[in-house]
Amino acid sequence: MRKLLFYVPLVLFLALALFLLSGLFSNPMERESATTDKPLPAFNLPDLMNPALRWQPEQLKGETFLLNVWGTWCPTCNAELSYMTQLREQGVKIIGLYYVLPVDPLLGESFDLAALQADVSNKLQQRGNPYQFNILDADRSLSLDLGVSGAPETFIIDSEGIVRAHHIGDINPQVWRNKLAPLYQQWRQLDGGSS
Amino acid sequence: MNKFFKNNVVMKTLYAAMTLLLLSLPLQATEEVLQFDNETQRRLYLELTSELRCPQCQNQNIADSNAVVAVDMRQKTYDMIMQGDNRDQVLDYMINRYGNFVHYQPPVNRYTLLLWLAPLFMLLMLLGIQLRRRRQQGAEQAAEHDELSTDTAQAATLDAELDKLIEQYRSKK
Repeated sequence: MRKLLFYVPLVLFLALALFLLSGLFSNPMERESATTDKPLPAFNLPDLMNPALRWQPEQLKGETFLLNVWGTWCPTCNAELSYMTQLREQGVKIIGLYYVLPVDPLLGESFDLAALQADVSNKLQQRGNPYQFNILDADRSLSLDLGVSGAPETFIIDSEGIVRAHHIGDINPQVWRNKLAPLYQQWRQLDGGSS
Repeated sequence: MNKFFKNNVVMKTLYAAMTLLLLSLPLQATEEVLQFDNETQRRLYLELTSELRCPQCQNQNIADSNAVVAVDMRQKTYDMIMQGDNRDQVLDYMINRYGNFVHYQPPVNRYTLLLWLAPLFMLLMLLGIQLRRRRQQGAEQAAEHDELSTDTAQAATLDAELDKLIEQYRSKK
């Protein structure tokens, strides 16, 4: 009994060390999303390149797609453009949700759509254009409703318009292969069955 | 001391300048000026923004953070309060979008039950250990007491033996 008690601190220490060690390799940004398995929130937002055109959840139904939250101001988003363009060439449907940074009128800033459009088409020409089209979220209301915490983030939306996955961070070959591709394929197969 | 500091005019001007510095009034500047209808609303806003956690930056509340999402959440909180929504409605709104992560008070459910009960377990464990130790100490004391009493009994018999021997010796003499 005495001898057993002698080892208690050692065992406790080892348990704590293992716990903390596992923490070193975990991703603190990884957390369960509150918006998965729920339908897309209601919205009525303009198209980035053609603001007369408006997008609503109904129009996005029919085919599983990726909804990619991005902005040209975000370096990681720019970095993932070329890989996502490859995905588009493989037949993955990607729709952009353009996350506009807030402007401060006190600093003389104002929202300039023409400049933004020029900036975006410039960037997409340089890096590749993965998007079917972009939805302009000027006041980030849809982003807030989707639980977006920043850019880039990517959602998988199924053919019924239900959010099936929420990925925080960039899309790179590893993330796509290990995390998103299996989910995308899974929901993609199902929309073949229903139509 | 060198000439410069001995120079009265220079020193006087310096003193005057330093005294003038003390006269400057504090500058009133706030980053955000929000208008509320009443004190309750203002207090609710301050309470909520300090309790809601920024989903972008690790371990900052939205009042502290200048991340875009925190700015938007503050604005939403303000709008909802001005619309007349209460505390629970704002919290539900945020938790529905950002999960329980976003609130600094985790709810009691099957995932967090252990977290909530851990202090109680710890207390019970300590109590148990303490009680056991008490009992052990009690037993030890009792054993010691027993030992002591056998000692006195032994001493008595030894005394008796010694007396006997002394008697024998004396009678032999």
